[in-house]
Amino acid sequence: MALPKYTETRYRVWHYFYITICSCVFFFLIAPLFVIFPLSFNAEEFLSFSEGMKNLDPDAFSLRWYKDMIYGTKNPWGLAAKNSFIIAIFATLGSVILGTVAALGLSSRHMPYKGLIMATLISPMIVPLIISGVAIFFFMAKAGLAATHTGIVLAHIILGTPFVVITVTATLSGFDHSVTRAASSLGSDPVNTFMKITLPLILPGVISGGLFAFVTSFDEVVVVLFLAGLENTTIPIQMWTGLREQLSPTILAVATCLIILSTLILVTAELLRRRSERLRGINR
Amino acid sequence: MSSETGKILTTDGIPLEVSLKKAERKNKIKAFLLVAPLLLFLLITYIFPIGDMLMRSVDDKMVTEMLPKTFKSMEKWDGKELPPEEVFESFYLDFQKLVEEKRDGKLSTQLNYTKNGFKSILKKLRRKAKNFEEGNYKEQIMAVHQRWADVEYWRAIQRRAPAYTSQKYLKGIDMYKNEEGNIVSVEEDRRIHRILWLRTLEIAFFVTLLCFLMAYPIAHLLATLPMKYSNLLMICVLLPFWTSLLVRTASWMILLQQQGVVNDFFVMIGLVADDSRPEMMFNKTGTYVAMTQILLPFMVLPLYSVMKTISPSLMRAGKSLGGTPFVAFWKVYFPLTIPGIGAGCLLVFILAIGYYITPALVGGASGTLISNQIAFHMKSTLDWSFASAMGLMLLAGVLAIYWVYNKLVGVDNIKLG
Repeated sequence: MALPKYTETRYRVWHYFYITICSCVFFFLIAPLFVIFPLSFNAEEFLSFSEGMKNLDPDAFSLRWYKDMIYGTKNPWGLAAKNSFIIAIFATLGSVILGTVAALGLSSRHMPYKGLIMATLISPMIVPLIISGVAIFFFMAKAGLAATHTGIVLAHIILGTPFVVITVTATLSGFDHSVTRAASSLGSDPVNTFMKITLPLILPGVISGGLFAFVTSFDEVVVVLFLAGLENTTIPIQMWTGLREQLSPTILAVATCLIILSTLILVTAELLRRRSERLRGINR
Repeated sequence: MSSETGKILTTDGIPLEVSLKKAERKNKIKAFLLVAPLLLFLLITYIFPIGDMLMRSVDDKMVTEMLPKTFKSMEKWDGKELPPEEVFESFYLDFQKLVEEKRDGKLSTQLNYTKNGFKSILKKLRRKAKNFEEGNYKEQIMAVHQRWADVEYWRAIQRRAPAYTSQKYLKGIDMYKNEEGNIVSVEEDRRIHRILWLRTLEIAFFVTLLCFLMAYPIAHLLATLPMKYSNLLMICVLLPFWTSLLVRTASWMILLQQQGVVNDFFVMIGLVADDSRPEMMFNKTGTYVAMTQILLPFMVLPLYSVMKTISPSLMRAGKSLGGTPFVAFWKVYFPLTIPGIGAGCLLVFILAIGYYITPALVGGASGTLISNQIAFHMKSTLDWSFASAMGLMLLAGVLAIYWVYNKLVGVDNIKLG
């Protein structure tokens, strides 16, 4: 942002001050994530930069903690990763299906009590997680689903659907309903219309809602802490235990992998958002 | 037209009005059926369990069900002097039944909560009651221990008669019902919950303020920079947003520890001596720093989406009409960003007030919040009714904030990035 030549000195000073502040905030936001990268390649057991690392000595770096993450004895990460992915995939599927169908109903202008129902559907997003955790635990304990994968998947569907409902209703708000009317006037039944016409058009919204649901489930720890038994341990639970007990560099190796995963998800989400904005004709 | 030709009919001969109403109703049912699966699912697994929390938090049926005859006969007792023989007899019968079912231990724990000293006299009564003769139970029970002849203990039993209690809620704000039935605060040095509530509010408030102060300039920068730069900088906001909460907390634990990067830096620039590195984790500082960074994207995104819609020509108009850049900013730009400020502050405050993971990991003893206390009672003391009561108090607070916000700004303004 170049300043025009005629800018007075005091505004010039103010401008550079503003840029400095912004840089500091950006640094504060992003720098903590980058501390993890180099430290996860530490050859030693400490969680701070060794003298060798500061001098960029190749011997100070190693893949030791990544090996430990994958091959280590009594290693919990394999099971945790498997559980995390299984739970997140099923929770995402459930959230996407329930959420999309509900969003279709909510976007209909015939929907009665729209405000109240919308508030109920997105309440899991507003209520603090700890309270959701307690309530869901009471239900799962009564239903005999505590410490089962099914219970955790159901819990994550509860937490994930609000995101799907919100993103899909937002996509549908710019949806031209005359295309579905055209389809039905040409003799298509509602299911066929949905699969052939509506779904392809709202797909970016559905997928980005699904991404939110996936990340919510994959990263969720508060509710799982109440629900999980030893068999259902997930990556967040293992990290939580590790961070509470002993901070080993293996956690940093896992964290690095998670950052890479979230970068991939971020890129996908951004591409989808831009595509859907292009489709909706929002020109920015 | 309709008044002259009478009612308009459809080809089936049904009045159009009726036919339209029927179609409308059909559409309503159709729309509702689409929402129904999710609504039903959430009601069963989520909304009703929150109601269940409410029931649990006020439930006090345990003692009521254990001593049904006693409480029945106590109805006529005024509580001024020792209860009549009838009460003693029914208490004896209830108690014998509990002993048979081996539930007397539970009763003694429960009554001991109400008044200290029940445990030993119930134990004694259990031993002696085997040899009781029929009739005149009052004399026999009072002979077991002198406290059975103390009217205070009978009043304590009577206080457990109602099936519902507000005791857990009172405990949540460090109050209790004393023996005269007045609601009073506990002693000064035992008021742990009030401190926690205040600390939760304080931390949530200052985290929101810090987030606002940091997010405003960068959201403004992102909204005014040309696309190709702002997209790049947006990654700095979105990457933390999508990264696991535990990963971000872990990085703060590494940064803030005594041998950590931040302390190393402070020593390097000579701010502190190597042997007096400040403790920045396991206290309030840790909670503040980590929570601010973690919640910052939730403030930036709503601010950004509002600022993006403000046309730069408005500021130019303000300046061309003679305002200095600061006046133009304050009179034109700032008021237009208020919906974004409202949404961001609401989001961050509500998230902060219920925060659990980060304070538990970096907060230590002085940086934990009310959520940590709820989790503690759920997992360690297993006092689920107390955890429910505190959870619902927190929920009531959140809903109140939400309601006020809706009145002031309108919830529709919230956007998800």
